[in-house]
Amino acid sequence: MQYVQRRRTIAASAALLPRYLVCIVVACFILVPIVTAVLGSFRTSAELTSVPFALPTVWHVENYTSILSEGTFWQSIENSLIVTFATVALLLAIACPASFVFARIPFRGREVAFNVLLFGLLFPATMAILPLYITLRNLQLVDTLFGLIFPQVAFGLPTTVLILRNFFREIPQELEDATYIDGGTKIDFFWRILLPLARPSLAVIAMLTMVGSWNNFLLPLLVLNSQQLWTLPLGVMQFQGEHSTDWALTMAFVTITMLPAIIFYLFAERYLVAGLTAGAVKG
Amino acid sequence: MQLISSADKKEAPQVDLPVQSPQKNARLRGTILLFLLPSAILYLVFVLFPVIQAAYYSLYSWNGLGDLTNFVFVKNYGLAIADKVFLKAVANNLLIVVLSLLVQLPFALMLALVIGKTLPGRSIFRVIFFMPYILSDVVTGVIWQFIYRPEGGLMNTALQRVIPGFQPQLWLADPKMALLSIFLVMVWKYFGLHLVLYVAAIQNIPDEVIDAARIDGSSTLQVVRYITIPLLGSIVRLSIFLSILGSLQYFDLIWIMSNGGPVHASETMATYLMKYGFQSFAMGYGSAIGVIMFATCFVFALMYQRVIMRQDLAGSVTER
Repeated sequence: MQYVQRRRTIAASAALLPRYLVCIVVACFILVPIVTAVLGSFRTSAELTSVPFALPTVWHVENYTSILSEGTFWQSIENSLIVTFATVALLLAIACPASFVFARIPFRGREVAFNVLLFGLLFPATMAILPLYITLRNLQLVDTLFGLIFPQVAFGLPTTVLILRNFFREIPQELEDATYIDGGTKIDFFWRILLPLARPSLAVIAMLTMVGSWNNFLLPLLVLNSQQLWTLPLGVMQFQGEHSTDWALTMAFVTITMLPAIIFYLFAERYLVAGLTAGAVKG
Repeated sequence: MQLISSADKKEAPQVDLPVQSPQKNARLRGTILLFLLPSAILYLVFVLFPVIQAAYYSLYSWNGLGDLTNFVFVKNYGLAIADKVFLKAVANNLLIVVLSLLVQLPFALMLALVIGKTLPGRSIFRVIFFMPYILSDVVTGVIWQFIYRPEGGLMNTALQRVIPGFQPQLWLADPKMALLSIFLVMVWKYFGLHLVLYVAAIQNIPDEVIDAARIDGSSTLQVVRYITIPLLGSIVRLSIFLSILGSLQYFDLIWIMSNGGPVHASETMATYLMKYGFQSFAMGYGSAIGVIMFATCFVFALMYQRVIMRQDLAGSVTER
């Protein structure tokens, strides 16, 4: 009996081996480019040309000191932070009440309004980018951070409202009734019961929005002209253009740009994946 | 007052229904308005209005400044369809669609099956595989440009070491290779999304089903073939949908890595729109391209949801 069991565990681990092998090969495919960039940032461009992938013989930090001492890097980090947090805050502030109405207050034309909103799920921002630009220009929002924040919020609305509405609908009616019995209003119910309950969903939406805003490229490319307003993606692109021959320096810039994103990701991975898959798998 | 009667829930499930006093009604209407207005304004101004405007602008020849006077009706569309570069861009979009379906999704699916429900340490692999998805396209593009460098880039050096007599390639600078090189990066960056979708769906398959098949004597491969894959149907259909829509609109990495070149070899509809609409101030023409993109996506989405995802959508988004 014991013998059989042992043979079984051995057989099971033997079956695991090829699976691990596949996973490790793919993991290398994923990680090698990232590691190349990080290692490259500690070397000199001359070394990079002779041997592209190796540990640095001497760890050069000059690349980093020269970038960190430049104002442009800090400026673009600051802009990215402002845009990202403003987008998340504004999106949640306006999407929550709207989702509440769509979920729990019936009124004439509600379904039509909701479908018009869902229509937005189908629009790529690319398609309407020229008229959007004209609109921003008419509102004098070109070359301002608001010109970035408002469209990002607007394009985030359909998904956000869809997720939140579905969540709000699942809260039992009894809870709502209980609020009224205690003398509360609809707003009390929304503010004191629903929102605290929705905290996990809100966190997931906030994180997904953060990633989207932090990485957004097309919109800043169109909207922002002056360098002091540039967000990180534009900063990276510009930096690479300026130092196109100095790959080590460029890699250093890339590395400090992606480092915060990766650290954030390691903490938030669980929620991001949950957020991306939840709707899909259930539906 | 009505609260007391509603103690018996079956008779009065909705407490607030009997309240029909005009003041309360007005207040409710005020609440609805207050709650919806901010979203409605932003959505109308920045999403819906530009989309409608695109259709309108596309009928004019317009440089984006001054009044819309030069009405050309559908000439912009005719110009687009007659332009070889645009047709090349459309073909490239279709090529990306086909490659994604034939390479990226099967790759993600196989890997999801390898990870399966049980592989110890699978969460670490998931963290690694999904990581490129959260990196920005600019960072990704610059890193891969570094790897694709013809002189001393990692790609050429590694291949030369592995394959004897390998001729260094130009990769992004070679019209024949540019799009394929970028496609490899797209796989690198996006397969993780499809992978986590599949893995989540596999996790949702009840153990009982698999145990039952095991007891009936099926092998691992049979379980995968007859239980896992059929149960993944709806998620695979969804991921095909997302992948095709994404491929039709693809912009970022291409703009960063090759700018649609060399000689339009990697142009897509989106890069074409940016170049010919925005950069050369042909707003009318660019809008027409946008409308064509939208129509393509819309028709595809509608047909796909009607025909292929019909059974998946029952009871979800559209039906409610």
